[in-house]
Amino acid sequence: MKTQGLHLLTPGAEGIVYALYAEGSIRRRLLDMGLTEGCHVRCLLESPGSDMRAYLIRGALVSIRKKDAEKILIYLPEQEDEEGRT
Amino acid sequence: MKQKALHNPDKTVALLGNPNVGKSTVFNSLTGLNQHTGNWPGKTVESAYGIYTYRQKKFALIDLPGTYSLVPHSAEEEVSRDYILCENPDAVIVVCDATCLERNLNLLLQTMEISPRVVLCLNLMDEAKRKGVYIDTKALSRRLGIPVIPTTARKKQGLTELKEQVDKICCGNGTVKVPGSLRDILDQKGYSGATCGDAAVTDLYREAEEICKETVRFQGVPPYEKGLTADRFLTGKWTGIPTMLILLLFVLWLTIFGANYPSQLLSRLLFSLEEPLYSLLSALSLPDFLIKPLVFGMYRVLAWVVAVMLPPMAIFFPLFSLLEDLGYLPRVAFNLDGCFQKCNACGKQALTMCMGFGCNAVGVTGCRIIDSPRERLIAILTNCFVPCNGRFPTLISIITMFFIVGSGGALSSFLSALCLTLVILAGIGMTFLCSKILSKTLLSGLPSSFTMELPPYRPPQVGKILVRSLLDRTLFVLGRAVSVAAPAGLVLYLLANVTLGGASLLSHLAVLLDPFARLFGMDGIILTAFILGFPANEIVLPIAVMAYLSQGTLTELGDITALRQILVDNGWTQLTALCTMTFSLMHWPCSTTLLSIRKETGSTKWTVLGFLIPTLAGFTLCFLIANGYRLLSLML
Repeated sequence: MKTQGLHLLTPGAEGIVYALYAEGSIRRRLLDMGLTEGCHVRCLLESPGSDMRAYLIRGALVSIRKKDAEKILIYLPEQEDEEGRT
Repeated sequence: MKQKALHNPDKTVALLGNPNVGKSTVFNSLTGLNQHTGNWPGKTVESAYGIYTYRQKKFALIDLPGTYSLVPHSAEEEVSRDYILCENPDAVIVVCDATCLERNLNLLLQTMEISPRVVLCLNLMDEAKRKGVYIDTKALSRRLGIPVIPTTARKKQGLTELKEQVDKICCGNGTVKVPGSLRDILDQKGYSGATCGDAAVTDLYREAEEICKETVRFQGVPPYEKGLTADRFLTGKWTGIPTMLILLLFVLWLTIFGANYPSQLLSRLLFSLEEPLYSLLSALSLPDFLIKPLVFGMYRVLAWVVAVMLPPMAIFFPLFSLLEDLGYLPRVAFNLDGCFQKCNACGKQALTMCMGFGCNAVGVTGCRIIDSPRERLIAILTNCFVPCNGRFPTLISIITMFFIVGSGGALSSFLSALCLTLVILAGIGMTFLCSKILSKTLLSGLPSSFTMELPPYRPPQVGKILVRSLLDRTLFVLGRAVSVAAPAGLVLYLLANVTLGGASLLSHLAVLLDPFARLFGMDGIILTAFILGFPANEIVLPIAVMAYLSQGTLTELGDITALRQILVDNGWTQLTALCTMTFSLMHWPCSTTLLSIRKETGSTKWTVLGFLIPTLAGFTLCFLIANGYRLLSLML
């Protein structure tokens, strides 16, 4: 499985969480927001200074700093989107 | 927790939920208490409680802090978890956002591990319908084993059913969920370690995912796409920050333009009441030496403050609340985080800065949303570089008198708004500078991580906001005018009319400070006014004007040209105006703010610094401006 940092995901791209290397309170915060192993993440927005991006995590829009996103490993999905869509 | 013993309720119900799910709306709708609801994360940092009656029973409703989880690694989570475990409420209502159920289920499932009597309040059903999210509430209820009540709290729908189910569950035994891996962690006293509970949370989310797959259907455009175009524009590379500036300019322009006429009306009205007031007090046979300070000191300053402060506040605050309710402010933090990162501070400081526009004391208290103590201090100490509503009228008046030509029509209001925007930008620039300096010296440390939820845009409840804001602000301004401005007016009258050795106390003070003040482009009276304006910033200009007039009384404000004449007659130039504005922007915090700093930091050292930092910044800048200007005019 080829993994990469979340920070490499550009707006519009999607990935699946492989592992969290962030430590401390940010780790807890990200877990609480639902960024667990196997979770689908889609990058939606980028800040004007390109230092922060907003991701769709379990239905909510969460902003994560670039240097924190570097510590989140994801892999790209082979298949298409979520099920459950009519 | 506090209190409720006084009301002797029959049952106690706890209210829990993620930030931004409308928990406060549910709380207000059930209890009728007036609590301010904002649309950004972490706003409800304190708990509150209220009472509602149902079927002749009294229910005490405890509003616990908005939190994403009960695993205690922050004060809010600890409060919520402790309350449920220790106080053992008769029921717990977990409010969830129907448009974002999967993420919200984490908290619900955790709550079900430590409380047997849980009710799920599925709120924002109108939003869900709008976004094509359909939830099978019966299947959900079966799957979870607890009552599920769909509600739209802001339209007051579903609340009776909620009260009914809460009543039922309070009287029953409830179902205990089989405790999962999180139970042990939740049972621990105090904060839990950093990495424990990973597997447990992952399991919970897996369960949440499954539950949602079974019960939630999406139709049409995925929910996140609504509002995405707006977001792309508001946070775009070339559009994000200009939009912010234009919005600020627009809000300020509306405030200045809209407040013009009402201010004039109010001042004419209030000043016209002076004569009758004087006559009334004379008729009561009060001695002259008592009436004069009351009417010409106390009442005049009170009248000025109300006339000058009320209209702008009554316009600015509702506009600001509308933006807040819409959900725009977290986007501001998103856009500005880069700048704050460079200063080793937190992006949430953008939010506390916005709060500071209204009132610096509120901004300081609002710094609680910043987790890192170091970054919180930076935000607290630099908050008063953003001018509060009390300083707006002073700044606007000076701009109008000395920098704008024109009478108050739309164009001159626009130019005034432009100048005020520039002043505010200067304040924001100074915030960044001081934050950077602080983070390199007294408050150095590693930049902490920062993540924030951007809530979806929700149509603001315009009518409700306008009414509540208007009422709120009117009461606030009147309250402040009576408690601060009136006594200050009295004190000023006495200082100006009590003579000692041939001159009034006021002129002694002004003469003493004059040489010092001149170094900074101001004069003794201006500096005295700032000093006496310590209780509240809005009285600075009235004090200065009153002091200039030798008897120490204030003539009618209505005519701004007359006011300008008084100042010019007393030596004001554009340089004086510029330096006074600069000092108004950067000087010691008002007494309320200073008290808030003391309360939030719990330390005298930081309070003193909170006093010194803006003061030094102000003096330095004024010194540079005044002497730079003088130097230049000598050379040219």
